[in-house]
Amino acid sequence: MADSMHRKLIESKGAVMAVLTTVAISIGGLVEIAPLYSEALGPEPMEGIEPLTPLELAGRDIYVREGCYNCHSQMVRPFRDETLRYGEWTRAGEIVYDRPFQMGSRRIGPDLQRVGGKYPDAWHYEHMDDPRATSPGSIMPRYSWLKERQIDPEAVQASMRALQTLGTPYTDEQIADAPAAIQRQGGEIVARLEAGNLSAQPDDQIVALTAYLQQLGVAGRKAIQAQKDAAAALEAGTEIPASVED
Amino acid sequence: MSTETAHTPNYDDAVTKKFLIASVTWGAVGMLVGVICALQLAWWPANLNVPWLTFGRLRPLHTNAVIFAFTGNFIFAAMYYSMQRLLKTRMFNDVLSQVHFWGWQSIIVAAAITLPAGLSQSKEYAELIWPIDIAIAVIWVVMAVNFFGTIAIRKVKHLYVAIWFYMSMVITIAVLHIVNSLVLPASATVSYPVFSGITDALVQWWYGHNAVGFLLTTPILGLMYYFVPKTAGRPVYSYRLSILHFWGLVFLYIWAGPHHILYSSLPDWAQTTGVVFSVMLLAPSWGGMLNGLLTLRGAWDKLRTDPLLKFWVVAITFYGMSTFEGPMMSIRAVNALSHFTDWTIGHVHSGALGWVGMAAFATFYYMVPKLWNNQLYSVKAATLHFWLATIGIVLYVMAMWTAGITQGLMWRELDADGQLQYPNFMDTVLQLIPLYWIRLVGGTMYLVGLLVMAWNLVKTASGVAPKDGPEQVTAAPESLPTPAK
Repeated sequence: MADSMHRKLIESKGAVMAVLTTVAISIGGLVEIAPLYSEALGPEPMEGIEPLTPLELAGRDIYVREGCYNCHSQMVRPFRDETLRYGEWTRAGEIVYDRPFQMGSRRIGPDLQRVGGKYPDAWHYEHMDDPRATSPGSIMPRYSWLKERQIDPEAVQASMRALQTLGTPYTDEQIADAPAAIQRQGGEIVARLEAGNLSAQPDDQIVALTAYLQQLGVAGRKAIQAQKDAAAALEAGTEIPASVED
Repeated sequence: MSTETAHTPNYDDAVTKKFLIASVTWGAVGMLVGVICALQLAWWPANLNVPWLTFGRLRPLHTNAVIFAFTGNFIFAAMYYSMQRLLKTRMFNDVLSQVHFWGWQSIIVAAAITLPAGLSQSKEYAELIWPIDIAIAVIWVVMAVNFFGTIAIRKVKHLYVAIWFYMSMVITIAVLHIVNSLVLPASATVSYPVFSGITDALVQWWYGHNAVGFLLTTPILGLMYYFVPKTAGRPVYSYRLSILHFWGLVFLYIWAGPHHILYSSLPDWAQTTGVVFSVMLLAPSWGGMLNGLLTLRGAWDKLRTDPLLKFWVVAITFYGMSTFEGPMMSIRAVNALSHFTDWTIGHVHSGALGWVGMAAFATFYYMVPKLWNNQLYSVKAATLHFWLATIGIVLYVMAMWTAGITQGLMWRELDADGQLQYPNFMDTVLQLIPLYWIRLVGGTMYLVGLLVMAWNLVKTASGVAPKDGPEQVTAAPESLPTPAK
């Protein structure tokens, strides 16, 4: 009987079928996605998590352009082997400014979410030029052209403006200062490279990518450590965190 | 529902032919790029130190080409062919059909230029930049208007099960694509998504998993319900089962996305919901598999001689296998091992090569003789294609299973002191290289099989007398597929 009802009421009426199908496919997405917009469940930035600097943002755009996510995840899972290999597992509050997210789906190479500070700048320079120079046996392509191409400060400013509109807390001053900021931060990296007899310019793409990689997971690691310290202090009774008094 | 002839002048078969030719052509291109990617992983110098040929840029080109160009055009060809016959009417509007065809091909060409150029949003299977995303939305709406217009002017009252499945694709892909593509442009080629961090990840995998569900699954189940009964000369096994598994699939699929980001910082309730619904998906998936296989009851003897049925049996079997594997991989304990490894790649390809590809080949071998009104040029070549493809898939999938489990186990292996047994990541990579060569052989066999088919279909279309004697390939029944009861 149900069959004949289905036949009469639904299969004979294209509009009814379309509406019911739309309802059926909408429920799951709404239930799972919508709550992340509520204040209680939506992720907030952890203490000390800041938007990327202009140079780092330019580096991130290169990371996206080259499709690094095809081989490198940015998501450390809460397993003993992963925290031993990579460091603290990834918190939602660390990646709130990630547009688009870069968690990846396949580790043809290692996870990069905590790679910041793990190696010196020169290591990244040499690794991009020829991965086998630093990692014998690596199957990663060479990215030597990153040494010869430069980033466009105006494009970085346009990106910062778009991100500002979307809610990333960039100030107008930061955006106006971006070209100078690129020179400053890039200059610091170049100085460290030159100490290792490598030459580069502050706006080279390889410098921008290095700046991006070197900050990955660093602020998050500090924020997690601060949380742990606060929890330990609370347990020891030595200090009452401000949030408890509130 | 009595008779049809292969060339009822009322039907627009010209557009079907175009989609079919496009599918085979782009299929060859997309699979060739896949073979190149496979070679690059086995032998890195194949990246050639040329930016637009590096793995990171070519892999999105491979996935987009096989999903949207090969499979997309295949689905559209089969849909235009079958829905006109099922609804007993020409498509609603020929201009819309042409705009759909040429618009879709333009999008593919744009993708083939922009992805190697490094213009990408980096969301998997949604890498295309925002202007192309807008074009996809427009062309999809054009297709939807044509689709629902054709339903409106149909000459039969009852919508056959194939149409339900097509409809679920038309609606759902529109919703998924538009929501996942919500971005703010910073320039003509660069944009940033309105979602960020873990929310962006959830939206992406809601999209990503349901692109599998509503592009690589439901429309192909729909055309299975047309072409399998036609090929086997048997009615669909169970009408009631088709109702149950249709509504089960469209309701359950959409929840399963979070299984792609288990053990992430996504709230635990959302992860668990994704797991539970993924496991439940087994039931409607196997409902479809059983309905397909049992439709062949009483026709198993034809399997020996008819290559079309061989392709269908392997296709439906791989559908059943990968829809068992998927729910299993979404269970946390299994996912902890399989995630981030080549097991996922193997799983995707057992679905893509086994289910989608084999169903496409069966459909092409059915449609080309009908559309061009000739007999299939060579049954032997079709059988050769079948074995090349089947052995190719087995080599591919076995290599990836082995690679995935090997690497997953090596990553987590601890020594007696509780420290990593393989602290150097490279050790776990070098172990996989021989398996990457085997994968390359399997993928190449599959591509060669496709080329054999292309040659066979060109010969068939150009009306060369069949090579293998007067025997007819398929005793194609002239009645429309009907429910058993």
